[in-house]
This record gives sequence, structure tokens and C-alpha cells, in this order.
Amino acid sequence: MRRRDYNSWGRFPRFPQTALTMPWRSDALPRSASASPVIPYGNGRSYGDVCLNRGGAVIDAGALDHFIAFDTETGVLRCESGLTLGQMLRLVVPAGWFLPVCPGTQFATLGGAIANDIHGKNHHREGTFGCHVTAFELLRSDGSRRVCTPTANASLFAATIGGLGLTGLITWAEVQLRPLVSQMVEEESYKFAHLDQFFGLSDGSDSDFEYTVAWVDCLAHGEALGRGLFARSNHADMAVKDSPKWPVKPLFTVPFCPPLSLVNRYSLRLFNGVWYGRQRERRVTRANHFAPFLFPLDRIGNWNLMYGPKGMVQYQCVLPGENGREVLRSLLRVIARSGQGSFLAVLKTFGDRQSPGMMSFPRPGVTLALDFAATPDVLQLLDRLDAMTVEAGGAVYPAKDARMSAATFRASFPQWERFATSIDPGFSSSFWRRVTGSAG
Amino acid sequence: MRQVLILGAGSAIARECARLLAGQKAELFLVARDPVRLDIMADDLRVRGAASVSVLSADLLDRDRHPEIVTAAFDAMPELDAVLIAHGVLPDQTECQASVAATMAAIDCNFLSAVSLLTLLGNTLERKGRGSLAVISSVAGDRGRQSNYIYGAAKGGLDIFLQGLRNRLVKSGVHVVTIKPGFVRSPMTAHIDGRDGPLWAEPDVVAAGILKAIDKRRDVVYLPGFWALIMLIIRLIPERLFKRLSL
Repeated sequence: MRRRDYNSWGRFPRFPQTALTMPWRSDALPRSASASPVIPYGNGRSYGDVCLNRGGAVIDAGALDHFIAFDTETGVLRCESGLTLGQMLRLVVPAGWFLPVCPGTQFATLGGAIANDIHGKNHHREGTFGCHVTAFELLRSDGSRRVCTPTANASLFAATIGGLGLTGLITWAEVQLRPLVSQMVEEESYKFAHLDQFFGLSDGSDSDFEYTVAWVDCLAHGEALGRGLFARSNHADMAVKDSPKWPVKPLFTVPFCPPLSLVNRYSLRLFNGVWYGRQRERRVTRANHFAPFLFPLDRIGNWNLMYGPKGMVQYQCVLPGENGREVLRSLLRVIARSGQGSFLAVLKTFGDRQSPGMMSFPRPGVTLALDFAATPDVLQLLDRLDAMTVEAGGAVYPAKDARMSAATFRASFPQWERFATSIDPGFSSSFWRRVTGSAG
Repeated sequence: MRQVLILGAGSAIARECARLLAGQKAELFLVARDPVRLDIMADDLRVRGAASVSVLSADLLDRDRHPEIVTAAFDAMPELDAVLIAHGVLPDQTECQASVAATMAAIDCNFLSAVSLLTLLGNTLERKGRGSLAVISSVAGDRGRQSNYIYGAAKGGLDIFLQGLRNRLVKSGVHVVTIKPGFVRSPMTAHIDGRDGPLWAEPDVVAAGILKAIDKRRDVVYLPGFWALIMLIIRLIPERLFKRLSL
């Protein structure tokens, strides 16, 4: 009931959507008046158009917010797909359990986490979210309900994890949680002066640290190309007496959409310089609550509005292998020269844990994520980045995408045709029609 | 509140109340029509911390079943602390104007069924000498308006009934609170345009207000509170003028 419009997080593209409600998981799959295909919509935290359906309808799964069972002995949680990860954490953390994989926001839904097979700062250890899903129910447009596990309905299980909501509506899912001792994380932040230092830090940290991630100054060039701050942390293994703060509300909420993007080359240069210079020492350690560490952007409500009425596009690619490191250098050079980019540009190395998802995005290598105001110049720039990514044998992340070409998608996911055989004929999305070349 | 009976448990406001109570480890007894939905809610509330959840599937329009419902609830929870009556329907005014049957159905659901339940519950609580009766009415009951006076009349009648009941039960130590929500984003109002407006509230906000009103033993509460001011102004407009307004 909460949702008033049905944009994605990037607010690009934007168009009116017909929304169908489904308040109870026992309800039949809602149908649009014209019987056109549907796509599930959770909390609108994917960036592009995987959750949009121009000319069709979205199923608002946000009301599917019931817990079903929580075994506090084994840490197995079964609940409906419209619950957000934050709502799940509020329940399980006091009981001493934690989500094995958290993305950069706690506002994503469980259904969205599976459909996009999301990853987090611990990908090098735990793989993707789908690695920890033990079962879910899929409601198909023929009315059938299929409980999928790694062994039952196994091909639908594999197709649905990372399947972008196209294989049917996930009504509930079951996740194996991990034990948690303290809500605190012990964090170390290292300043790195260029890309080689980043790789040195990352390679040296992956075996001993649960979470690793880096902020990179996407405008730095020359000697300083790829400078930034590298954060690594572990959950504290001792309970802390002072109850740590877990804020319910953001520190600040962007009150309205400004007429122009507040993110431009001047504000960006200023912010990045200050942010990089803020940490004077090479190494800083601190104890932090997990929420601000894992979900830094959740502290600013509606931060996506900063990009103005035209919205933003996020770009995330993965570059595999040794060669990928060189390609990353070239990508950063192209981005720095363009003067475009975002306050939060992120670098992370993925590990080699294989997801059960057929269409999962992460693969061993380095991933770069950053957002841009959605302008014609930027769209051109991103096409260039696509070409470099594809050339390197990499992939562009559908959950963040609103603009990649069909060719880029097919090169990123050569298995797409095999996946397409599992798609529910009553489901489709703007994204899917775009990257498979059908109209709309 | 340790033991709470919720009638019309499937309504959006009731569901949020139940979740808040579950978080306080309360024992809950839910009555709603759909047995499958009741089970969904019961599982959810158990996971959220409810000490126990009992369910009873019943159509509250079926007044013959009211004695059985009340008996079952007190059997399950002899120390019942509070009752929330939350069922109701927002009828289509135009349809009601054209149909006596539709009008009577709306009055039945929003007024008569509540009167029946409150009579039985009031008598039992009076004998026990404790407990709270929280009943969801509406700001619509404060003044008849052409756009929804059928609903308004039912809720207005309910308000008068509750005033009398409160007056009668106060000496037995039984507390009666009339809850008057304004516009709430819920399935009941899903068809109304303009739900982004500043006057609209979320069900969880209203639910928190209800629990507070029970705790503080309030008599009449508007939720959110600013509705008390709005309705004061609406009530003060002279009828000579009011009858010409299109509200």
C-alpha cells in the first residue's frame, strides 16, 4: 500500500505503470485487464528497467510481507518475498543470526535479492545471495505453484536465481542465515594512491576479512588514477555491552527533486577531493555498527533524487582475470577524462564461489560500479565502456542497467537462450524486451 | 496488554496492531473470515514474537455466531486485557443511494455487527470488572456529508453507542475507546485517487496510536491527531452553510 509510483531507483526510464496488487500469497496471480504480461515489483531498488514493464503491468509484491517460520536453533528463515532485507535483519539480529549476503541497501526485497542474485562486500567468501537460498515457491501464470530447491524443480531453481523475475512470482523463500555474535564490525580503512595499491590491498585481505570494498575517486587521473579508500572488516566476535545504534531513520532525506542534477563535474571534483583528503593517515581503524558500514547510502533518504528530474543510470561491470585489471585501468581513464561520475564509485574483487543461478552476474574478477546523471553524453560514454567490457570477456549487470544494447547483453550472458526456455509466458519486462530485441 | 482479541483481524490497521502486540510478546486471538489468511497472519505473528496466537474463522456479519466467538475468546484467554473491533467496509455511496439493500448491508457491517459484539463483550467484561474495548470508528461519523453519509451514519451511530457504553461501564472499571482514523492507505481505500496527499497516513502509524490510546485509557482519539482540529472546524460550520458545501 505504501508505494505511490512505480519507478526504479534510477528514475530512468520513467513512465506510468499499471500496478496489480497481491496482498496475500494465497491469492491467485493477478492479471491485467488486457491480459498483457506482468513483472514482479518489490521495493523499486533495482536501478534500471528490470522491474519495469512499459505497456504491461507490474505486480506489487510489497504487501507480501509475512514471516512464515524462523528456526532460531538452525538459522533457517522462511518468509514472503516482499519483506525487505532490513525487515528480515530486524527480526533475526536480536536472535543472533545474520543475512549471509547483504547488498549496499537494506531496502531491497527478498524477492528482488533472488531475482537479481545480488552480491555484497563479502562476495569473495560467501558468493551471491542465491548461494544461501534453500527453497522458494514460484507462482506461475498457469496458476501452478512450484516449490523449487536445488534438487526439486532444479532447473527452475537455477533459472529463477538471477532470473530477473521472468520465471514467475516468488511468493516465499527460505534462507540459511549465519550466526552473529555482535552487531559491531571492526573496520580498517586504507588510503591507496593508485590502482596497483588497491589490488595489493584487496589480494592481501580477501582471506582474512569478511567484507572488502573500495571507494575510488573516479576523477583522479595520471599518477593518481584509481586512488581511493579501501575498507575491510570482520564482525566483532565479542558481544559489546553498550547497545550499538541501529538508526531507524536516515540522517537526512533529500526533500524534493531539484530542477537540475546536483551531481556535476564541479560538485564531484569538490566532493571527491574532500572525501579522499578526509582520511589523513594511511590506515584508520574503528568499530562501527554493521548498518552504516554495510548500508552507507541508506543514511541519506531518497539520495537518487540528487540527480534531478532526468534521473540517473548506474553502471556496473565485471572484468575477469588478470587482463581485467588492465582493462579496469583503461575504463577509469576514459571515465576520468569524461569528468562524469558519482560520489560513490565502488571497486571490489569477486571471488570464485559459483552461484546456483544460471544468469548470475558475478564471476571471478574485479567489479566497478558508479552512477551518472542520465544525459546523452553519458549514454555515449557507457556504450564505450560496454565495448571495452565485452572485449575483455566481462559482463554488465542487468539489475543496474537501463540502456545496454542487445549485443552487450548477449555477450555478457551467452547462456540467455537456454534461460529463455524457463521464462513464464505470462511474464516480461521492459528490460527483457530491450535486450532480446523485441519491441517495447 | 498480555491477552488481546482482534475482530476483523485481516484489516490493514488490525494487522499492524497485531504485529506491534506480537513484538511485545502478547497472546492474540484473531477472528477473520478467510481461514487461509488467518493462518498466514498467525504464522507471521508467532515468528514476530507473539506468545501464542489462536484463530477463529467467522463472518462477523453472521450475528448468530457472535456468542460462540466471544465464548471461544474468553475460553482461550480468561484474562483478556483488550478487544479491538476493526472490521468494516467503505461502501460506494452512489451505489447505496440507488439500492436499499446496499445501504442496509453497509449499516449492518459497520454498525449492527459491532453493536452485537459490543453488547456481548461489554456484558462479559463488566462481570469481570476489567479490560479495554477499542473500536475503530471514523472521522466520517462526525458529520454527514453527501459524499459518504451512509458510511458516516453507521460510524456516527457507533460513536453514540460507544459513548453510552463507556458511560455505563466506567464504574465497572472497563475502558471503552473510540478510534477515529482519518484517511489511511489500506486496501479499503485503494480505489481512491490522491493517496499521496498530506492527510493520508500509513496503517502502522494509526496502529501505534491505537495501542497508545488503550494504554493511556483515552476515551476518543483522532488518528493522526491533527484530525481532531480538522473535525472540530467541520463540526462548527453552521448547517445552513454546510448543506451547500460539496465536501
